[in-house]
Amino acid sequence: MIDLLHTEAKTAKHLRDPSDHRKNPVKLSVRNLDFYYGEYRALKSISLDIMENKVTAIIGPSGCGKSTLLRSMNRIYELYPGLRATGEILLDGRNILSRKQDLNLLRVKVGMVFQAPTPFPMTIFDNIAFGIKLYERLNNSELADRVEWALRKAGVWDEVKDKLHYKGTSLSGGQQQRLCIARAIAVKPELILLDEPCSALDPISTSRIEDLIVELKSDYTIAMVTHNMQQAARVSDYTAYMYLGELIEFGDTDTIFTRPTKKATEDYITGKFG
Amino acid sequence: MLITSPYRRRRFINFLGLAFAMAAMGFGLFWLAWILATLLHYGLQGISFKLITLMTPPPGSSGGLLNAIYGSLAMSAAAAGIGTPIGILAATYLCEYGRGRWLAGTTRFINDILLSAPSIIIGLFIYSIYVAQVGHFSGWAGAFALALIVIPVVVRTTEDMLKLVPDRLREAAAALGAPRWKVTIFVVYRAARAGILTGILLALARISGETAPLLFTALNNQFWNPNLNAPMANLPVVIFQFAMSPYRDWHELAWTGALLITLGVLGFTILARFLLRPKRHD
Repeated sequence: MIDLLHTEAKTAKHLRDPSDHRKNPVKLSVRNLDFYYGEYRALKSISLDIMENKVTAIIGPSGCGKSTLLRSMNRIYELYPGLRATGEILLDGRNILSRKQDLNLLRVKVGMVFQAPTPFPMTIFDNIAFGIKLYERLNNSELADRVEWALRKAGVWDEVKDKLHYKGTSLSGGQQQRLCIARAIAVKPELILLDEPCSALDPISTSRIEDLIVELKSDYTIAMVTHNMQQAARVSDYTAYMYLGELIEFGDTDTIFTRPTKKATEDYITGKFG
Repeated sequence: MLITSPYRRRRFINFLGLAFAMAAMGFGLFWLAWILATLLHYGLQGISFKLITLMTPPPGSSGGLLNAIYGSLAMSAAAAGIGTPIGILAATYLCEYGRGRWLAGTTRFINDILLSAPSIIIGLFIYSIYVAQVGHFSGWAGAFALALIVIPVVVRTTEDMLKLVPDRLREAAAALGAPRWKVTIFVVYRAARAGILTGILLALARISGETAPLLFTALNNQFWNPNLNAPMANLPVVIFQFAMSPYRDWHELAWTGALLITLGVLGFTILARFLLRPKRHD
């Protein structure tokens, strides 16, 4: 019996081998992505890779297209008419921009947290349970366990455990944002997109969420947009610098912040511009 | 003096503006108070237990308004039952699905026309397509006519309330993989719940005093009739008929009926304000 398990483990390892030559496999790969708001071309042939279990930060001045890039990764832009993306975005090698891609199933795999906290008009418990119940059939105790797990993971459990039946909107801004992160984690996505998750928060809440992001990367792949360069430097492993819809430079965070190869990147991160 | 004079001028203009505003408000309130005082004065005289136990009487004998009260409630409820789902669904299309489409723009435009259509035309419309076809007046015909008044009010208020729900809430729900209809029902409707209910109440307040659409549809009925498929008594038409008559006891009942409608509208309005009150702990 033990032998059998052993063999199985070996086989599994063997199967994983092809990607083993790279330390961190690519989770999501953007290839020649163009994005249009009607006629306006907001993204110009973007290509970059998001590495598994790493934090990738996207920085750049307002209007450079960093949120647009992030919003392409779960196709949330499809909610609005007249918006379209061309090119390829490969999630585990499969093109999610394909017509055949089911948008709801995509969004279960690729979670998102927004700039301002967006608690639903329901109790704290139901805020988390809402997403879980969409695609899973859990009994009450399993559901309660999952809600607790998500709230713990998001570091907000101790603050809300006694008031799970309160409205989500009764929490403070920082707590609401961690509630939203818990909600995103609860459906067990593979990739989490954070769109300036701290920009509406005070410094203390911001630092708690930054710690949380670093903790979460052991289980998830994270892509985040931020206005705050120190934040990018603190929490990310890779950084992409965008300007006017183009990807100017992309590399590991240390290199981008200490030895950028492009003059434009250096000007931006040293505050000469932007 | 030279320095202060422009300020005195401003103070004077300010005083003048405020005075006009107060005078205008006073003018409006004066008539409203007069109407309410008259209504209370004459209406209260007829308030008695008989009002809700007896039917509308022939001239010269005592009676109440039970059949008219019941008829009004039944037809208003049926009208709300027919008009509310249609109105909410139409508003949902306008706000959630039809944004930027010509069909939505056209629907909204036509709805606005319907909103201000004279109610007598709605009554005549139902008369020609329903009453004339089945050959008799009925409570249902009245309910259909009232429903046609409910629909545009509900569409307008519901759409306004759905528009107030921020898009980021829709995005947040969609980002969890929720299909559009679940986003709408479990998140958007819930966020706009109080506003949608208020719109329904305001629509009810609107129809509770409508006379013209009922004249050609429900007509009237002097007797107790719980059957919506027959001519039905209702407060507005009873008031209209009794007030036009030469009999004193009919006049008294008409005043009391008018008071009942006004109290009903007041009740709906207070309930609506209560639902929309700013919440302290939410």
